[in-house]
Amino acid sequence: MNLITSAIGQGLLWALLGLGLYLTFRILNIADMTVEGTFPLGAATAVTAIVHGASPIAAACYAFLAGMLAGLITGLLYTKAKIDSLLAGILTMTAAYSVNLRIMGKSNVSLLGHATLLSGFSGLPQYFDTVSLGLIVIIIVTALIVFFLQTDYGQAFIATGDNPMMARSLGIHTDGMIIVGLAVSNGIVGLCGALIAQSNGYADVNMGIGTIVIALASIIIGEVAFGELTLNQRLIAVTLGSIIYRLILLAVLQLGFSTNDLNLISSIVLAICMMLPQLNNILHIKEPFLKGVKTHD
Amino acid sequence: MTEPMLKLENVKTIVNKGASNETTILKGINLTINDGDFITIVGTNGAGKSTLFNVISGNLPADEGQIYHNGADITTMSVEQRTNFLARVFQDPKVGTAPRMNVAENMLLATKRGEHRYLVPRKLKQNMTRFTKLAASMHNGLENRMTTATGDLSGGQRQALSFLMATLKRPDLLLLDEHTAALDPHTSRSLLHATNERIHQDHLTALMITHHLEDALTYGNRLIVLKDGQIAADFKGEEKKQLDVDKLYEYFED
Repeated sequence: MNLITSAIGQGLLWALLGLGLYLTFRILNIADMTVEGTFPLGAATAVTAIVHGASPIAAACYAFLAGMLAGLITGLLYTKAKIDSLLAGILTMTAAYSVNLRIMGKSNVSLLGHATLLSGFSGLPQYFDTVSLGLIVIIIVTALIVFFLQTDYGQAFIATGDNPMMARSLGIHTDGMIIVGLAVSNGIVGLCGALIAQSNGYADVNMGIGTIVIALASIIIGEVAFGELTLNQRLIAVTLGSIIYRLILLAVLQLGFSTNDLNLISSIVLAICMMLPQLNNILHIKEPFLKGVKTHD
Repeated sequence: MTEPMLKLENVKTIVNKGASNETTILKGINLTINDGDFITIVGTNGAGKSTLFNVISGNLPADEGQIYHNGADITTMSVEQRTNFLARVFQDPKVGTAPRMNVAENMLLATKRGEHRYLVPRKLKQNMTRFTKLAASMHNGLENRMTTATGDLSGGQRQALSFLMATLKRPDLLLLDEHTAALDPHTSRSLLHATNERIHQDHLTALMITHHLEDALTYGNRLIVLKDGQIAADFKGEEKKQLDVDKLYEYFED
């Protein structure tokens, strides 16, 4: 039971990563590699801030801003310098590695002895602190994204990803939309890094490796599991997908795999989910199960 | 005397500038468009019809010459800024609408063409009755599909929606780039009828490119023949009414 509670807590915290990537990957139609650098950037910023005396909440805000800055750089490289979006993300991600080392001063910084966001939930049973923190943050962030997407600005944002040529012909500044989208998306990813670091009790310069796969897994598992949904429901499905992903990992670890195998397992899980539409053509797996993957992909 | 709605002065566009295959597409276009003009444009492939539209909309720069809107020089104005007074419908139904957004959402986007969009609730419900009524004016069942993603509409419905969106917020100038060419003959004709109806009702100023000489003669008060990057003929009013297909066809023979 404890393990399951822990997996749910982790799933909730990591869901932020999926939500952040959803804005670029699904709405703007950009595969943004920046997140692999933004996630540890958020962690490094938050941990360094806490070690230097900042409050855990302020540290999370700094991480959000640091993430936004990284997204802004990728956005400018992509829209203004006309560098391919994938490459622009890789450039920022690679640069972030050095920046993260500069911020932390070494490759691993511990939060031992410092208060974190989880300290506020110390009265709860084991792992329920992560669940509570995760729930609060996810509800706030999801609500803000839902509100954002239903505004005039948010609708123009969706249109930019859906049909950039039409968006421009309606006077929407698509470059600006893409820059804002990448900045907000990476801000959320930075925030996620800050929360995970506070939950783990440390930041490590290598903790970004494989994060894009984890984010994609939340998005795609959510789509495969819940089928055709409205946009708002899809956002909730990302969080549920993230929890399901953690439960899958838990099950796999119970089979005797080690945590060193996690990146391999993550990739296999994601690959299987993404292969489902193709497999269905060959094997005729039942239709409703697949609706989510097929539409809008 | 007020300034003309749109005026092109000796507009030239050059592609592959400086390269060995440098080509001048528009070779000095002089065109004055007055308020209320409905101009049909015909010409051979490569005559520069689409280039003319791209230069007016700002998608292509005018390498030489000036463009004026109500007397103001807009030659270097960006595409986004020009959408404030200019709307366009493309030939490809896929270009004019956002496929994953539904019909009503697409229309809502169009109501704010060329305007700043703020972080305020979009107010879709409040507009629904108006949008449904507008959709019904296209006579193709679009009003029953208001919450359908536009990607799931037929080409005809999608193009009718593109046209509605272009006219939802009244444009000073409407550019129709063979907007019925990708549709079957029946759907094409009914959209053309609806187009004509709307242009007359709202007294819109419009340019319409077409390859159908009959349509070019039937619709509008003015007809322009583009040939080799230049205006070969400009028929107005009575002159246009006297014109027939055979006479017009002569411009297409070398």
